[in-house]
Amino acid sequence: MTSPATKQPAEPRRTIIEFRNITKRFGPVVAVDDVSLTIEEGEFFALLGPSGCGKTTLLRMLAGFETPTSGQILIDGRDITREPPNKRPVNMVFQSYAVFPHLSVIRNIEYGLKMEGVPSAERRERAEAALAQVQLEGYGDRMPDQLSGGQRQRVALARAIVKRPRVLLLDEPLSALDAKLREELRFEMSELQDRLGITFVMVTHDQDEALALASRCAVMHKGSLMQVATPADLYEFPASRLVADFIGSVNLFEGRVEEDDHDHAIINLPELGIKAWLDHGTGASETVQIWLALRPEKVELHKRENGEGPPDMEGTPKGYNVVKGRILDVAYLGSESVFDVRLEGGKRVRVIRPNLTRWDQEDFSWDEDVWLGWHAEGAHILLA
Amino acid sequence: MREKPGLLDYARRWPLQLWMWLVGLFLYAPLAVLVLMSFNDSRRTTQWRGFTLDWYRKVFEDAELVQALMNSLTIAALSTALSVVLGTLAALALWRFRFPGKPLVDGAFSLPIVVPEICMGVAMLIFFARVMPWPPGLPWPLSLGAIVIAHVAFSFPFVAVVVRARLGSFDRSQEEAARDLGASQWQAMWDVVIPHLRPALLAGALLAFTLSLDDFVITFFTAGPDTLTFPVKVYSMVRFSVTPKVNAISTLLLLFTIILTFIALRLQARAETEQKH
Amino acid sequence: MNNGIDWRRSLTGFAGLMGPPLGWFLLFFAVPMAVVWAYSFGTNVGISDIEISGTFANYARALEPLYLGILGKSLAFAALATLICLVIGFPVALAISFAPPRLKTWLLIGVMLPFWTNLLIRTYALIALLRDEGLINHGLELAFGWAGFEPLRMMHTNFAVMVGLVYVHLPFTVLPLYAALDRLDRSLLEASLDLGAGHIRTIWNIVLPLASAGIASAILLTFIPVLGSYLAPDLLGGPDSQMIANVIERQFKRANDWPFGAALAFMLMYLTLFGIAMQSLLKRRERPE
Repeated sequence: MTSPATKQPAEPRRTIIEFRNITKRFGPVVAVDDVSLTIEEGEFFALLGPSGCGKTTLLRMLAGFETPTSGQILIDGRDITREPPNKRPVNMVFQSYAVFPHLSVIRNIEYGLKMEGVPSAERRERAEAALAQVQLEGYGDRMPDQLSGGQRQRVALARAIVKRPRVLLLDEPLSALDAKLREELRFEMSELQDRLGITFVMVTHDQDEALALASRCAVMHKGSLMQVATPADLYEFPASRLVADFIGSVNLFEGRVEEDDHDHAIINLPELGIKAWLDHGTGASETVQIWLALRPEKVELHKRENGEGPPDMEGTPKGYNVVKGRILDVAYLGSESVFDVRLEGGKRVRVIRPNLTRWDQEDFSWDEDVWLGWHAEGAHILLA
Repeated sequence: MREKPGLLDYARRWPLQLWMWLVGLFLYAPLAVLVLMSFNDSRRTTQWRGFTLDWYRKVFEDAELVQALMNSLTIAALSTALSVVLGTLAALALWRFRFPGKPLVDGAFSLPIVVPEICMGVAMLIFFARVMPWPPGLPWPLSLGAIVIAHVAFSFPFVAVVVRARLGSFDRSQEEAARDLGASQWQAMWDVVIPHLRPALLAGALLAFTLSLDDFVITFFTAGPDTLTFPVKVYSMVRFSVTPKVNAISTLLLLFTIILTFIALRLQARAETEQKH
Repeated sequence: MNNGIDWRRSLTGFAGLMGPPLGWFLLFFAVPMAVVWAYSFGTNVGISDIEISGTFANYARALEPLYLGILGKSLAFAALATLICLVIGFPVALAISFAPPRLKTWLLIGVMLPFWTNLLIRTYALIALLRDEGLINHGLELAFGWAGFEPLRMMHTNFAVMVGLVYVHLPFTVLPLYAALDRLDRSLLEASLDLGAGHIRTIWNIVLPLASAGIASAILLTFIPVLGSYLAPDLLGGPDSQMIANVIERQFKRANDWPFGAALAFMLMYLTLFGIAMQSLLKRRERPE
């Protein structure tokens, strides 16, 4: 599952959470299927996947709201698989926030400390400090129904961090907020994590959220882990078509390896009628089918209207990585334009082109014949 | 000038308005006459002979009637307290747990709500006559025990229904949050679930109180010869004759009901604004 | 999605919650009912002793023409009262559900308040109106006295019983009807009006079919309590307007024939349970919508 570019952290970090062969069944449904995973101290870890993939169940087992059917969960090396939620050194920010509606903000935050038996003076002090940390000073006496959604989210956050948990769990923490607020809080949350140094484990179905916040992500699908990697590795070196397709959008071409060397590989792409040149070896057998994954923004458009010849692509011998096409549709999105291009063989390719000047959007238009090309470093090979 | 009624403003079309007034008259005219006549200075209850509070004085002078009213209020209070506790426990158990025979228990608990009063009255009569005779001569209020037991038996399922409906709107993650923050199971229930239930507990208590105070048939069958309750006393008065004294006591009870209803509505409205997100 | 945790996971919790209400229910409801049921198969031996002999004689007697007639009359009364409640109540429920929010609250209170008021008092209030020297006759005499007016005899008639039954049970009809109508999607009515139907046709073709489950539930919620009514026939009716509950009462309080009374009570129970079964069937059919 490691890809060529996975950067190992300079110093080995301490493992804080360990899932050992966790399986969870709800009747006949297997929600989590034999997942093993370690999370290190200080990480901002994201569990990413479509709804129903088992990510929330995994998080809830970590919090203690569900018990695994089999397997073990360790925190700091201690087996907590069967420990009730109130005895675990983790705290959670709920998707619905679950701010107690009948308690004022400050009493919400103090609640967890009260359960620990913290004396009331210290309780108040720590709660006020937590309020300050989420920029809600002076809101202590408000009732939850007097708060906006974003403020309630912060209360939920303060209520969890005031307990100084070893791990903070976040269940779709931003999903109930509107887009603008979400971006703002995303930034704040990452800053908060830096400041506190607590390990965060977040569940989300929003890939942007995961990529923006997490130091490492696990992509889940139908109860299984598909890939665990840094956001950049997930995007640039997805392990499978599933991951490539889930994180961002991707063009996939079937192909076979024709030549495989340590510093380059040549892939035959029958759907395109051309060959692709890759800047690294694949290690794939020449007899199995593989896929070439090409992100839309890594494809270049070149003029062909007036009989221009194929452009040269960087790092590539002439004739590789270029193919003829015709623009079917253009969607102007402001910062970029998205092109739907049909190749001569009928295959459709999605291309994203940044609008670097005010006039770039006029460069290419409907029904225009173009060359498509990509660099030797642009594409990635998928074996599954 | 009134604006023209909207397309679906059926409530503001005259045929329906007329209908509503007529139904209102039907529902309230008898009660209004009853209240009016309680102030009428005449034994005969049809003609207005001037204002008097005499009948109210006579009500309070009637020791038996006052005693009956005291008994009824005591029964209602005891039955309410027990019904709220049992009803809430039942609702929580059915909400919280999955167990074999759950639909059966669920259905059984709704039986006392639908079984005809007369059947239940008969059952109570036989039960306290043959199976578990209530010892006679117990000091008040223990002497009311049999009636309280019967009232609780048909009231607590009503409370359970009301509480259960409220539990339906409970966000389970509230409870999980409490557990997550360190509360034990019972503590979480007490700290989070019960506060959520407050309006339902209130509504349930009011319902139980009214049901108890209102009940004639079951009490009529359960009560021994030495315990007189208010509805039974009024029943015997009504059977004999229509007297303005009954009008007066009815007016008092009516007033009591109205006050209770409005208190409940006020509290509920307040609880709702409190709980609103 | 999740209907609770398994009871075995927290036995003490389950027992603590379920024990008291279930115990109360079994001891003070199920056992008494079972005893009545057992008595319905019993025979009187001596003045106060009853032997559970397993006889069907009590049921056989309950099916004799005299009692069958009373049962039939009770069913007929209940059916007629339910029908009248429905006719009176439907426009009321319609008006309430389409009223503006503030007015709606008040109208609902208006319907609920008599419902909260003591049944005995409500029945008694009717007596004051209906009797020979009551307000209605008094008013009529003032108006028509010159023409040699004779007081209408209303008390102790089937008419008075019917008025009483409708008066008492109207809220039982209006509230479920209101609940059903209030759930209706307004745009369906607007669509019907938009497509050219008049208001009456819209109500007939759109509202009634869509609210049919609610109407059925209103019918049962009215019919069941009316069938078991005791006070209205007792206080307002005459000798020929006795309903089944009055006959049952007589067996226990006066005739002292408990086994027969128990059998009659269980005839009423069977009818009621049948009604409840019907209702839950309807509810189940309503749910998938």
